[in-house]
Parts: sequence; C-alpha cells; structure tokens
Amino acid sequence: MPNIRNFSIIAHIDHGKSTLADRLIQWTGMVEDRQFRDQLLDTMDLERERGITIKSNTISLPYTADDGKEYELNLIDTPGHVDFSYEVSRALASCEGVLLLVDASQGVEAQTVANLYLAMEHDLTIIPVINKIDLPAADIEGVKEQIDRELGLDPDMAILCSAKEGLGIDEVLEAIVAQVPPAKGNLEAPLSALIFDANYDSYRGTVVSCRVFTGQVRPGDLIRTMYNNTVHKVEEVGVFRLTREPRKELTAGMVGYIIANIKTVSDTRIGDTITLDANPALKPLPGFKEVKPVVFASIYPISADDFQDLAEALEKYKLNDAALVFQKDASAALGLGFRCGFLGLLHLEIVQERLEREFDLSIIMTVPGVRYEFILADGREVTVDNPMHYPDPSSIKGGREPFIRAHILIPERFVGAVMKLCLERRGVNSSFSYPSPGRVEITFEMPLAEVIIDFYDRLKTITQGYGSFDYELLDYRPSDLVKLDILVNSEKVDALSMIVHRDKARDWGVRVCDRLRDEIPKQQFKIAIQGAIGGQIISRSTISAFRKDVTAKCYGGDITRKRKLLEKQRAGKKRMKMVGAVEIPQSAFVAVLKTEIPRSLCACAFLPDQVPILRLLFHHFSRVNPCLPGSPGERGATLQRHLPRFR
Amino acid sequence: MCALVESLRRPFDFAPDTEFTLEVNPDDVTPEKLRLWRDLGINRLSLGVQSFDEPELRFLKRRHTARQTIRALEQIRTAGFRNLGLDLMYGLPGQSLKRWTETMKTALSFAPEHLSCYQLTIAAGETPAPPSETPALPTPFARLAARGELTLPDDEAQRDFFLLTGQFLRDHGYVHYEVSNFAKGERYCCRHNLKYWSHTPYLGLGPAAHSSMAGRRWWNHCSLQSYTATLAKGELPVAGSETLTPEQLRLEALCLGFRTREGVALEIIRQFPGWEAVLSELQGSGLLQLTAGRVAATPEGLVVADRLPLLFVD
Ligand SMILES: Nc1nc2c(ncn2[C@@H]2O[C@H](COP(=O)(O)OP(=O)(O)O)[C@@H](O)[C@H]2O)c(=O)[nH]1
Ligand SMILES: [Mg+2]
Repeated sequence: MPNIRNFSIIAHIDHGKSTLADRLIQWTGMVEDRQFRDQLLDTMDLERERGITIKSNTISLPYTADDGKEYELNLIDTPGHVDFSYEVSRALASCEGVLLLVDASQGVEAQTVANLYLAMEHDLTIIPVINKIDLPAADIEGVKEQIDRELGLDPDMAILCSAKEGLGIDEVLEAIVAQVPPAKGNLEAPLSALIFDANYDSYRGTVVSCRVFTGQVRPGDLIRTMYNNTVHKVEEVGVFRLTREPRKELTAGMVGYIIANIKTVSDTRIGDTITLDANPALKPLPGFKEVKPVVFASIYPISADDFQDLAEALEKYKLNDAALVFQKDASAALGLGFRCGFLGLLHLEIVQERLEREFDLSIIMTVPGVRYEFILADGREVTVDNPMHYPDPSSIKGGREPFIRAHILIPERFVGAVMKLCLERRGVNSSFSYPSPGRVEITFEMPLAEVIIDFYDRLKTITQGYGSFDYELLDYRPSDLVKLDILVNSEKVDALSMIVHRDKARDWGVRVCDRLRDEIPKQQFKIAIQGAIGGQIISRSTISAFRKDVTAKCYGGDITRKRKLLEKQRAGKKRMKMVGAVEIPQSAFVAVLKTEIPRSLCACAFLPDQVPILRLLFHHFSRVNPCLPGSPGERGATLQRHLPRFR
Repeated sequence: MCALVESLRRPFDFAPDTEFTLEVNPDDVTPEKLRLWRDLGINRLSLGVQSFDEPELRFLKRRHTARQTIRALEQIRTAGFRNLGLDLMYGLPGQSLKRWTETMKTALSFAPEHLSCYQLTIAAGETPAPPSETPALPTPFARLAARGELTLPDDEAQRDFFLLTGQFLRDHGYVHYEVSNFAKGERYCCRHNLKYWSHTPYLGLGPAAHSSMAGRRWWNHCSLQSYTATLAKGELPVAGSETLTPEQLRLEALCLGFRTREGVALEIIRQFPGWEAVLSELQGSGLLQLTAGRVAATPEGLVVADRLPLLFVD
C-alpha cells in the first residue's frame, strides 16, 4: 500500500483555506508556475467571486518528504459553511487528520471552534496552523494564547505560515506526513467505501467521490449502495489529480472516484456506503443521515412565459445538487413556479444566483421560511413549509417551530448589543463563556426563522465585522404561530403571505405595507394596503390615486418624445402583476425582502486587510440580501458604486 | 420679413383660405409692423401674453409689461386683425385660482378668437430625447425646480386649476378642442395645431422644425450653424428621422387623440385587445365618452389624458 495521508483543511471563512490549498498544490509540483491561477480548487465562477468554497473538492498530491519517501497526500477541501455541515462531517469522516487554520490577525472565530469540535468528534489528528503571519497586524503570540485557552491545543505545535507569501509551506507538508496517521484498512475484507461527495459530468453521469475503508473496487465490479440500495456496474475508478486520472483499482485507504453509469447525483446519497454486490460488507459505515431541507421559498419566473425554462433549469441544476428539493407551486399573483427546499440561507442564495447566472433566468423569490408543525383539533399533526398550506386556523390546536443553538463569538465590548439583537430575535436560555480575556462566546437558543432573514447581516453590522456566528439545529418547540396576509384593495396577495410568530406579525405587517406603498405606482384609484391576521387588520398604508397626468404642450418634437415614454411605460407594464385591478410591479415583491444598507457597515474600513472588507461588502450585497434586485452584473455595479465610500 | 414671405410665395401656391399665423410678443408690436404683416398676407396673430400681472411676468422672465400687452392688443384690433390668439400661462407658484380667473377675464375683455392656456409644468419623468433629436431644452424652471427653488402647486391643486380653466372658458363660449387650446367657435380652431394631432402631413422649415408625411417624421438641425452649413453643402438640413410602424402609429393615435375633442376613431380603439372592458370601465368612471363612432376624453379625462393610452395597451 502506498504511503497515504488523508487530510482536510478547516478554518473560519476567509482565514486562507483556499489559498493554502493552492500553495500545497503548487509546492508539490502539480502545476507549473505559469499555469497557476488563484484558487485552483474553487472552480465555479461563483466560488471565485464570493471567495467561498461551495462544493467539496479533492486532490491527490504526490509528495517526496524529507525522509526521501514518496507519499500521496489526499487533500479533501470541504465547503466552508454551516449549511453544508453534514457534507463537511462526511468529508472529515474520510480523513485521518486536519489542518486547523487560524488567521494571525483575526484569531479564533466561531467557525474555528465549530470545526474543531467536528474534527474531534471524528477522532482526527489536529494540526494547528497560524496563517497570514506576513500581515503587519499579525498577532502570533495572541493567537497562540487563544489556541491554548480557547481550543485546548498545544500552541507550541502550531505551524506558522503565510499561504500568500509561501512561507512555512514545507513545514506544513512535513507535519502532514509526520503527524497525520497513515491511512490503513483491511484489503482482504469486503469493500466498504464512504461517499462524501458527488458531481455531475455531462458525459459520464455522476462521479462519486469516496474514501475506501476496506477491500477494493475495480472497473467491471457490481457495486451496491447500502442505504439507497441500488446496484451499478463500475465503468471507471481513479484518483483526482488536477483532472481525473483513471486507475486499475481503488484500495483500502485511498481516496478517489467511481464512475458507474449513475444518471444524476440524486441517485446517490452523501454518507452512503458502497460495497460489492457479490460480497457485501456486514454493515454500512456509521454516520449516515438523511439531509433534509430547512429553509423554504418559492421561485417564480419574472415573465410567465419562462416557466418551462425555469422547470428545465431546475432539473438540470438538480443533476449536480442533490440537496435542493422542489415541487410545482402556483400563486394567483405570480403564476406558476416552484416551492423549493434548501439546506440553509446560503444554499438558497447559491441556487438563486446560479439559476440567474448559469441559466440566464430572471426569477423572483418569496420571503424564505421554515417548516412548521401544527397539531390539529382532531389530533392529527401536519407539517407546513408553504404559507399557502396553512391549516384552517379554527382547526389548529397548537404550533411548533424549529429551534437552533447559535454560537456567537465576539469581543467583549459588543455583548450588550448582541444580547439585545438575540433577545429581539426571541432568543432564550443564553449562556456565556469567556474563552480568553476580552472575548465572549454567547450561546442562545433561537427560532431558526429568526436567523434566516437578516440576522448574520445585523450581527456583522453591530459588531463592526468582528462577530462570528455558527449554529446547529436543535428541536421543534411550541410556538404561537399565525399567518400574516397582505391585502391590496382587499385582494389577498398570496405570494406575500407568511407564517410568523404572533409577536412579530405587526412588525412584519408594517414593514411589508410600507415597502409596497413605496413601490406601487399611483393608479386611477386609491389603493389600500393592509396586513391582516385572519379578519383582523394589523397594519395599513394607502397610495392615493393619481390626480393629474397631462403635459401642457404636445407639438412637433413633443410627439416623438411622448410616444417613446409611452413605449417605455408599456414595457414596464408587461412586468406588472395584476392583483385584482391593481398593477403591482415586480420590484415591489423584491423590495419586501430588501434590507437597508447599514451605514455602520462602512465603519469596517479599519480592518487590516482590504480584501475582507470587499468580501464583507460583496456578501452584504449579494449574499445576505439574496433579493437585491437586478442581474448579478447590476449588483456588481451597485457594489462598485459604493466602494469609494469604504476606502 | 418681406424677403422671407417672398421666398415662401415663390415655390408654394397659397390657397385663398390659407391660415397664415405669425407668433409675436407684445413688445414686437407697432402700428407700422402690423400694417406690414397685413400687407404680407398674414391673417392670424398669436400673441405671447402669458399674464397681465406684473410680478408674474417678472417671474416668467418676460421682457414686456402688462401695459405694453394691452396697447398691443388695441393696436392689433385697430389694424384689422380678426383672428387673434393669446397664449397664457397658469399654475404659477403662489398663484390663486382667483387671480388666474382675473387674468382670464382680462384676456376675454379683448374677445380673442383663440386662447392657449398652458399650465406651468416641469417635464419630469419624460425621457430626454437622444442628442440626435430635438432636445427638450431644460427650461430655466426645470433647473430651478431641480435646485428646490421652485415649488409648483401639488397634483390636487393643478387638477383644480385645469378643471376650472376648462369650465370657465367653455362657459364663456369657447370650444375646448385640446388640452390647452380653446377657440371661439369651430372655425377658429387653429389648423396649425390640429394637424399635429391627426397625422396630417406637414412641412416645417427652419432650424429645429419638424415635418411629417406618410408615417415618416424628420427634424432639422437645431443650431443655426449646422443648419446653414448643411444647406450650404447642398443637402437637406435634416438631423434625424423616424419611420413609424403601424403599431407606433396606433399608439400615437391614442396618445394624441385622447388629448383632443375629436378623440380617437373607434376602429382604432378596436385594434387593442381587451379594449371593450377598458373602454366601458373608463366610460363608467367618467373619463371617456363615446359619440358617433369616436372616443374622446371628458374634461375629467383630459386631466389624466397622458395616462389613458397606457390603459389600452397590454
Ligand atoms: N496577507 C495574507 N493574506 C492571505 C493569506 N492567506 C490568504 N490570504 C487572503 O485572505 C483572503 C481569504 O483567503 P481564502 O483562501 O479565500 O480564504 P478561505 O475562505 O478560508 O478559503 C484572500 O484575500 C487571500 O488572498 C496570507 O498568508 N497572508
Ligand atoms: Mg475558500
């Protein structure tokens, strides 16, 4: 068996995971310097732009160590976001060790801690690495102390590096060889291989990424997935270099891929175990979990004619993203569309953005919500993830909503503000710990619904960029839930209905009514906009009728001008949705979701590195506000416009 | 002036009932000029009166005074002009309905055959013409308004002004034949105006003049310099043109027609899908009326005339 080391890099976002991965690839001679481009593993445009890893990626690095021996270092790059924590856990289950990366200027943050716990759960060897030591603001001693006190790791073992400048990369590689336990596994036992990722290739179908724990697999073998219980014939196996490299076999300890004529990635499940049909393993590898969507929203095409295109785009998109679920949905206001389920808000935004970008679709997305449970008078229990299916209120005995545990790590001076935010968001059972002087970790139990809109954004704002946040799902808890309807001239706008906690209904009602008042143009008659729970009106605003619309003069050149204006208005009208007799522009639906651009965010300019600011901004404009109007290009332009203010 | 008219009479045959209008300002008028204009065959004068109120005239940056206007009006009548139009301006900042009514009364005391009453508006929301076309020059008022130094009456007040103007002049025997135009009887409707709104062919001469024929429209250079330079090269001084599609013609028919008493022929309305529902709704709300196969705006409809076409297009 070759000398194999399977490892992952884990870090808080922006601490340099992708950059370090690039450097390792370059150091091991996988690419010539002139072919080198930044962030080799982040292959999607979206990943490069947002600077986040969305899909797992794997690469096998051949390395000759100082001891003169040849090693195969398998780097499994994991998605860097809590939405994908299950995928991360499967990737970690495929490793023997991790590099825990900490930014020397930022120190330990919430995801650093969360990731460390994940790694410890899998009993992995943990190598602390302090990155960005080239920065003037690097505080190596401070970070070492955090590693000691907050992470409980030996700070003297920490490797100092600068992924950007290429400092300390040799030490990192040597530490992997020396400290990560060699991958081993019984070659003679029946095949058991863990699926930790799956990608769609338009020529070959699904390419399954897996870690072989025992046995071996070759082309021609009949394999069986133990949970999904499907059988496929293996066409090709191999390892990941910069591209796929076929091998005769994959054996225990190796990380590689299997191509077996599997049509879509949905036919495989991450965490499933592959075994041989003829000689199956006794039991599957532990830790399999059914991944369930937790955030829901409906997607409609802006123009009703595009429904078929949207349907096709979703089908195609789904080929490569098994986590997205969707089903047909119809709204009186917005026409035919799809109700979709996502792993989290980031997942939702990624789907939205890729649909617009890669499939050139203009879509409109409703306010995201969660899946609620209702206990009915007749004893039945129903789950509702679409406000349109809210049960008859008179039949409801009680409701429940999902709760999370939020971990928030902040400098001490922000405790008051963050507490206030969490309490506003119906947080309960708070606890504090002081992992190191000047820093506080706050945990709160909060409704998931309260963090999916605006929360991270607000947190970043009030902590001037220093707050970090992570969460895990807890359970369902009783909750006083109501359905908030929005009425325009007494007609219900179904696409704007939402299920909310009774205490939050009024705030939402006021917010939506005000936004609509600002977005709906004056019409021939007065328009009343109301928020209502059942028959009870809880908020209202009105738009007066237009009273005069005629220019005084219309001669010569005025005529052409007038017609052009009319043509423009007519084009705008095509994008209006009729609710009763009222024309509502698309922008009104979008505006309901839009958050203000917080001025205080501008205060982040004192961060040591410019890049995180740009990131923050970009996240702010395109990520935290999924529904910022306009195409990605236009959003980019918005961003550009705002940049000078931050310099 | 003589040379100009001379050069017009050479190529063109003037019909006996030609409407030959000269636009003048009160301070242009003298008995000598009036005699000359009559001798040249000019049979209609359009006088830029604007107001009979001194502060208003100063606000409008006019060179003339109210007294000059009154003298000019007397001289015009003495000189025998029997077809006279006055231009007035209303809806000025701070103007009351009462003061505007006084202005109209003064105007009527000269029994003008024609009145153009323009409400002061700032052309907001209109698409600026591309540079190749006649630009809608930003008026000094637009600039003032942009700087927040000018506040016009609000929509509701503008509406009151507009409705009052129509009512007052109709009560005094004028035909309200277009949004801003009134005539003392059918035969004094300005033919120069009417042709713009009915797709009648017309030829405009001189810088910035617009012409139209058979679904094509073109306009001359605005600047005198490029106008003469092109002419000197032996070319037509045309700065731009457009050819209207049938669709655009229909659209214009609506947007021009709804501004006039003539209205729009029902055959044209019929070409817009779903017209029946829209028409009956607008009839019901008292904005349009259907008479003898033509659909026209009521006085209430005229106040929102620019909005009406939009309700017929999908
Ligand atoms: N100065 C400095 N910047 C670095 C270093 N490593 C990464 N960065 C920058 O930090 C930002 C985030 O890096 P990236 O690798 O995308 O972080 P990831 O989110 O953990 O994958 C990028 O702008 C990098 O150029 C380093 O060693 N020194
Ligand atoms: Mg990354």
